[in-house]
Amino acid sequence: MNVEATIESREISYSEAIREAMEIALNRDERVILMGEDIGVYGGAFQVTGDLVEKFGPDRIMDTPISELGGAGVAVGAALTGLRPIFEFQFSDFATLAMEQIVNQAAKVRFMLGGAVSVPVVMRFPAGSGTGAAAQHSQSLEAWLGHVPGLKVVQPSTPEDAKGLLLAALEDPDPVMIFEHKILYKTKGIVPEGYYTTPIGKADVRRTGDDVTIVATSIMVHKAIEAADILAQENIDAEVIDLRTVRPIDRETVLNSVRKTGKLVCVYEGVKTLGIGAEVSAMVAESDAFDFLDAPIVRLGGAESPIPYNPDLEKAVVPQIPDIVESARAIAKGVI
Amino acid sequence: MPVEVILPKVDMDMATGKISAWHVAPGDRVEKGAPLFDIETDKAAMEVESPETGILHHITDPGTEVPIGDVVGWLYADDETVGDPPTANAGSAQWELGKDNQSEHSNILVEENKQSESTESGSSPSQVRATPLARRLARETGVAISSLAGSGPRGRIQKRDVEAAINSIAKNTSSVTKSETTVVPKPTDDGILKNFIEGSYELVPHDGMRKTIAKRLTESKQTIPHFYVSVDVELDALLALRAQLNGAAATDKDGKPAYKLSVNDMTIKALALALRDVPDANVSWTDENMVMHKHADVGVAVAIPGGLITPIIRRAEEKPLSVISNEMKDLGTRAKERKLKPEEYQGGSTAVSNMGMMGVKDFSAVVNPPHATILAVGAGEKRPVVKDSEIAVATVMTVTLSTDHRCVDGALGAKLLAEFKGYIENPMSMLV
Repeated sequence: MNVEATIESREISYSEAIREAMEIALNRDERVILMGEDIGVYGGAFQVTGDLVEKFGPDRIMDTPISELGGAGVAVGAALTGLRPIFEFQFSDFATLAMEQIVNQAAKVRFMLGGAVSVPVVMRFPAGSGTGAAAQHSQSLEAWLGHVPGLKVVQPSTPEDAKGLLLAALEDPDPVMIFEHKILYKTKGIVPEGYYTTPIGKADVRRTGDDVTIVATSIMVHKAIEAADILAQENIDAEVIDLRTVRPIDRETVLNSVRKTGKLVCVYEGVKTLGIGAEVSAMVAESDAFDFLDAPIVRLGGAESPIPYNPDLEKAVVPQIPDIVESARAIAKGVI
Repeated sequence: MPVEVILPKVDMDMATGKISAWHVAPGDRVEKGAPLFDIETDKAAMEVESPETGILHHITDPGTEVPIGDVVGWLYADDETVGDPPTANAGSAQWELGKDNQSEHSNILVEENKQSESTESGSSPSQVRATPLARRLARETGVAISSLAGSGPRGRIQKRDVEAAINSIAKNTSSVTKSETTVVPKPTDDGILKNFIEGSYELVPHDGMRKTIAKRLTESKQTIPHFYVSVDVELDALLALRAQLNGAAATDKDGKPAYKLSVNDMTIKALALALRDVPDANVSWTDENMVMHKHADVGVAVAIPGGLITPIIRRAEEKPLSVISNEMKDLGTRAKERKLKPEEYQGGSTAVSNMGMMGVKDFSAVVNPPHATILAVGAGEKRPVVKDSEIAVATVMTVTLSTDHRCVDGALGAKLLAEFKGYIENPMSMLV
């Protein structure tokens, strides 16, 4: 965390932390603008932008038409002209509609123009399941965008990181995609006041332990910590790493932990196959940390299924605390 | 992909095993969970269930010695074509064992392992199921990984298995260096054979049990400081009580008595009660701690074709003589059939070795670790004894207690033996 001034901390929610970050940015940098569907008077699909339009006016807090492709295109264009746009999607699922602008334009323009320009756009994606919003409004598509060179992709799990990573994203010359878990919006945490940034590309060890490494992202970090508490009662000491950034992944933090524990569980809500856990596992297997593995690597990810509407099934298709406990225990004890 | 059938680890200190028989013929279908083959370990025979449903192919012949975790067969799906036996990653990834950075003090084990590899398994490191960490540790310390038994699933060697091997090397080495001047090099097989005229003998390869006996008893005599205490005990009262008890046994409809006590059964009980009374002698030695046992688990040496085995009567101090007697009969019968389960012969804190029935007067037995004592029992015979300055005739047997002097000192052994003698000579005290 880079802090500019001595500051106080207090407990606020994840969505309040994001709003606070945007308000700070709007105040300290006139190039910052907000764009998105219903982010003005309505305050955003998840009430994240809230009353910002009253403070900064519709010139800087701009409602866009219901066209993600159009809105994202304007945001990318604005970034190219030197502005610092923050573009909000109502649901991360609608990234599919804006893929042309994100993947073919934002991620590539800097390369194709030989570095003459950059695209300092920030896009915010409310993501994940657990709200009963069914298959088209509950996905975790961060691995899709994590596959594209030229983009940076972050997944804050705490209010403090939600604020710090958003402010860091605005400093970054490249397009930064922020996946915010919808269930986390209401969670609270200690957040420093004022301006600070959380480094992109740096994971955070949320809990230290010697017996097994659990690498988790977003909401799974919280589940992993609860799982670690349960495991601690069985004298299994789990280390929980919050990846925070999925592109670029913080290799060293993960490898160091695996060198220490020899055991790795990856937990993420996105579909397991070809997901973030595949990347983390392969990264370990390809590195010298391979020689420290004392058990098979375990991945826990979303099932091979669209997110169901039925609440029980919705839970069943993503990893839950008992799944994490069971897997971590099994490899810690060397029984799988 | 066909599913491998692995030789599992069914016994604690098992490094290799033999398949004694397949229940399924190659080409036949077997259901998951159905009996697939019998495994013969150092001490017992056991049935192994099929890990999967499929058609069995490429089996290892019965009688071949196989390291734990090795593939002994493959199960194919119904529609799978059966070609050559699938192989694990043999070849290029091999590394030379203990060659470069083998440290001074690991020579011994590596030498030993080379020998056992060539004579027994012939398996190369790449065929060993081991975690990357276990392989690295083994490589760095010069431990021959193919000689280790894995404690993980399907015999996978894990860090803890290599660490255990490293610890045992360190232990062996320190004892070797200390007594370096007295170590006599072990004669080679050829060295022994050249003492005899060629053609004047036959060679019978050792089976698992013979190897285990040799290994364990050598280890016992080399690492346990033995101490011996003998005493004569009079049996007349015990024989009279035994006759009375056996006479009182209820009979079933075929006229078969509910129990038939032997002198040995009563010896087991007397030793168990003596251990209860002298708990300091009911122990096992570890380098860090004295293991104080809460019950008297008494092993009983049973001679069986090709060797011996020591099934355990658990909590013998609590059990009535009739229960001990019937349990002993069952264990003895199954021991001779090699059908004991490992948990039936592993553990215990003492043992009884009775050669009375063979007319042996007295002898000393070798402590069978983790036991701290063993009682060698001779024949009961009529002997002249002096009673009140008169010569009289009594039935007497001589027993010798061998103790591990690290944990049972001479006086403690004598105390245990005195208690034992008390129970044998006043046998009614065993009944209350």
